[in-house]
Amino acid sequence: MSMQLSASMLQQDSDSRPYWEGLAQGELRIQHCSACSRYVFYPRSLCPHCFSDQLTWKVASGKGTIYSYTVAHQAFGMFAAETPFIIAIVELEEGVRMMTRIIDTPRERVQVGAAVQVTFETVGEQLTLPYFRLIE
Amino acid sequence: MGFAPKAAIVGVAESDLGRTPDKTVLQLQTQAARAALEDAGLRFSDVDALFCAGNWAWSPNLMLAEYLGIRPKYTDTTNIGGSSFEAHIEHAVAGIEAGLFDVALITYGSTQRSDRSRGRGSFTFRLTDQYELPFGLPTPVGAYALAATRHMFEYGTTSEQLAEVAVATRKWATLNEKAMMRDPITIEDVLNSRWIAEPLHLLDCCLVTDGGGAVVVASAERARDTRKAPIWILGHGEAHTHNSIANMPDLATHQAAIASGKAAFARAGLTPSDIDVAEIYDSFTITVILTLEALGFCGRGEGGAFVSGQRTAPGGPFPMNTNGGGLSYCHPGMYGIFLLIEATRQLRGECGPRQVRDARIALAHGTGGVLSSAATVILGKD
Repeated sequence: MSMQLSASMLQQDSDSRPYWEGLAQGELRIQHCSACSRYVFYPRSLCPHCFSDQLTWKVASGKGTIYSYTVAHQAFGMFAAETPFIIAIVELEEGVRMMTRIIDTPRERVQVGAAVQVTFETVGEQLTLPYFRLIE
Repeated sequence: MGFAPKAAIVGVAESDLGRTPDKTVLQLQTQAARAALEDAGLRFSDVDALFCAGNWAWSPNLMLAEYLGIRPKYTDTTNIGGSSFEAHIEHAVAGIEAGLFDVALITYGSTQRSDRSRGRGSFTFRLTDQYELPFGLPTPVGAYALAATRHMFEYGTTSEQLAEVAVATRKWATLNEKAMMRDPITIEDVLNSRWIAEPLHLLDCCLVTDGGGAVVVASAERARDTRKAPIWILGHGEAHTHNSIANMPDLATHQAAIASGKAAFARAGLTPSDIDVAEIYDSFTITVILTLEALGFCGRGEGGAFVSGQRTAPGGPFPMNTNGGGLSYCHPGMYGIFLLIEATRQLRGECGPRQVRDARIALAHGTGGVLSSAATVILGKD
């Protein structure tokens, strides 16, 4: 399939806009709740822990560990040609989890608990995603 | 049972299953509904509540009721994925207890195999999907693979243990002439089948089929007059915990099933050891292991050992997924209605070569989304 990822596929909204703008500038931005002092991802208009609206944006360290992962050998649409690729859920130092891809890393070194660092990858027209790679 | 149940399943049926290129979702549901009402000895004119889950129309219930020529006075389109139909049972019981209606028709139909629709969403990333879909995870299989990896990490669960589920379920399918896949398989076959999303192989995954089903629920009063002995709804529970897999609180624990199972057993006044036959949603082999732990059939992390040695196969101590399951019988996208159909038939003693002897209490458990939702129903006969 010739279709490629592009920013036009994103329907950004007022929750997500600071997140996407951060990625374009090489920052992984997540929310922090001033009321309960917990970090929040994905971005929302109310804190899902204490329901406060006192959410502010912080730049995450970009460091975390692999919480779980899979190697996709079959995928759909424009992703089908990219198999095999490694998808992970990463737990950031700040305590939130996010889906991502693990890149630049041999399959056999990918394991639960491995330390990873964010890397900003331009994957399509004006679209930057937060991927992760293992910390040496 | 220590109380008088308020409602019963009185009719069940499947539509044509497998590949139905000439049938629409409306035809499949009509076929199943008609057969389920005949099974109950009831007519379309007796139906006063309609329950349906699907995304094939702007409002599936409006279109289906019009097509069937019925005018329900109560309607419910609850869609929480594959567990929707077990949730519909809970809602139907609540409505009957409230005196809102007497006869509920629950239907499902899908032509996904013929449509080749599975997993081919449009590439627009909106609302909370925008934080996940751009990474290309094949859904739902990739999400269940993430859960399997975590379960293996925390508890040492093995690919062989996952394969035990697929092999035992296939043995039941060999006894069901309606099952799509009936050739016996071995653990080696599962392990040698191609990767879909590690650690899940092709044979760890459910089928992709067309098909439909229907279940008729009636008040205790009406159930006494139906064609066959009522199958009483003894307990029910439902819960959902998240939508996307990255937001599942603990990937090695099926929290929604813990909640729905606890509620269902409490309402029934029963415990897991009382269950004679279990129909457990098996979208993937890992789904079963997580669910058995969550419902309390074994301890946390013990699901792999629990299914080992073919304990869930015909003749084993824990008869499970006796129609061949979503893994081998059929799986038209949302499988939950077929769990209820098989549990009912087992309690009626209608299952021929796959009949579980002396089955008096059955459990049907649906799981929806990416381990997102769960609903548990416990059934019994007089």
